[in-house]
Amino acid sequence: MWEQIRSNRIRSAVLVAAMGALLLLLGYFLGMYFFNDPIAGLVIAVVVWAVMNLFAYFQGSSILLAVSGARKITRDDHPRLYNIVEEMKIASGLERMPDIYIIDDPALNAFATGRSPDKAAVAVTSGLLQRLSRDELQGVIGHEMAHIKNRDVLLMSLAGVILGTVVILAWYATRVLFFSGMSGGSRRNSREGGGGQLIILAVGIVLMILAPIAAQLLYFAISRKREYLADASSALYTRYPEGLASALGKLAASTTQLRSANQATAPMYTINPFREKGRAASDLTSTHPPISERIRILRAMAGASAADYEQAYQQVKGRGIVPASVLAGAGSLALRAASPEVGPVEAGEERIRRTRDTSELLWRLGNYKTIICDCGTRLRVPPTYDEPVVRCPHCGRMNRVD
Amino acid sequence: MTLAIYIIAAIIIILLLLLWVTYNGLVGLRNQVKNAWAQIDVQLKRRHDLIPNLVETVKGYMQHERGTLEAVTKARNVAQAASAAGVGERSKLEGELSAALARLLVVVERYPDLKANQNFLALQEELTSTENKISFSRQYYNDSALNYNNKTQMFPSNIVAGMTGFKAGEFFELKAAEEREAPKVSFPQPGA
Repeated sequence: MWEQIRSNRIRSAVLVAAMGALLLLLGYFLGMYFFNDPIAGLVIAVVVWAVMNLFAYFQGSSILLAVSGARKITRDDHPRLYNIVEEMKIASGLERMPDIYIIDDPALNAFATGRSPDKAAVAVTSGLLQRLSRDELQGVIGHEMAHIKNRDVLLMSLAGVILGTVVILAWYATRVLFFSGMSGGSRRNSREGGGGQLIILAVGIVLMILAPIAAQLLYFAISRKREYLADASSALYTRYPEGLASALGKLAASTTQLRSANQATAPMYTINPFREKGRAASDLTSTHPPISERIRILRAMAGASAADYEQAYQQVKGRGIVPASVLAGAGSLALRAASPEVGPVEAGEERIRRTRDTSELLWRLGNYKTIICDCGTRLRVPPTYDEPVVRCPHCGRMNRVD
Repeated sequence: MTLAIYIIAAIIIILLLLLWVTYNGLVGLRNQVKNAWAQIDVQLKRRHDLIPNLVETVKGYMQHERGTLEAVTKARNVAQAASAAGVGERSKLEGELSAALARLLVVVERYPDLKANQNFLALQEELTSTENKISFSRQYYNDSALNYNNKTQMFPSNIVAGMTGFKAGEFFELKAAEEREAPKVSFPQPGA
């Protein structure tokens, strides 16, 4: 079953290689077109790609976390979240505990980052912490852990860099073509070619237009596939696909858009942060599979293994997703029962407790001091407050700030 | 003649390579099983450490459940004493501890004061998570052990395993013990 990672890597590598081939093809024809020399085009394509890679490498996960305003937390900040991440780390057999980040955002989402499992991090929004039960949160974290374990972050950044290179090259090429066309196209006059030249010309223009689209479609195909596989892994780790299914249901129902996401970071989230209402996301131009379909597959699972996911996937989609080498010898695995909510309290109280825990966490992360007045009021003192005492608005008592 | 020699040499080299790769694969799997076992061990120790705290917190609230509490403490002490025992023995004793704890957590439901206690809530989260971690590490251990056992028993890696002395690992099952305990679940009579 751990073979899954290896065979997935091969399949995705083929798709990434196809994107690379597309890039080289574009470079080749651009070279022919502008410099009458395919090698020059190839060299330019490779150099641009290398520069983009350097960018991506040094930006890395720190930028993603910084852009989204994520804050690192420790075990004491939110024991339950920490515990759940540790549980999933154990279930996935990951060696190092990933760093945990909180994004102060009411939207419901989570993402994983880090080029290798040794430098991985998971981030969840405060909205997610508030709204999801323990089992649901476990399913989401299991999904993110699968992205880390399957090295999807590295794969998607590789694919993303190629996509970016193709887009940039095609964009500049069309600009140059446009302006040189305006200025009389002196270069083209010096090249009175025959029919062969004409064909190259035509192919070059078609490639300039189609290459970015093709690269994008390949990129989306890779991304969607990884999402399904991460769902399958999450079910395998938790042995409880209903947790993730029910979490996805809540995520889909929520209308809040994540403030800090952008197109480049979208594939790393649990659900696409740019959902448009009323649009069937099942088309080719989506980084994420439609949520309703993911939920249906998870709910159709009779067990928790990769084979069970494959069966459910076939039932819903009519074709397979999990590589055959993984399925060989993988039987069905029993599901576990729902865990009782931690804290033997009714659902309503449990939700209040979750909300209180989360806001407590956010105050603390904002360096606010919490003082409990003798009358029972909680006073939140901002870090910029520099008086030695603060007056309780309820009872008028003066409380020392220290 | 020289062609035959080349062919034989090539076959020998290929066989040696296969032996090398298979042997290293087996070592890797065996280490994975060992690591997975170490993980279980860490979590079981953590549970042993948590229980005295839990009993201490709960004791004041649950005067009438002395029997349940004593069963937990006893099962914990027995399990801890057997920390150095083999996989089979430990899984039986830890299974009994799991059952005793589950009974305690059922009884807790009857004490609303306890359920409002912050200290207890924190402990309960720790305990729930530790139970989860035990079952997840067991899951991973058993998957690793199955993987390793398959490799030591299936052709052709079983030949290499036999030559170099790899033995199949044991599974860690808390479930069997729990199922044996299940019919005995009964609440102690108040005042008993």
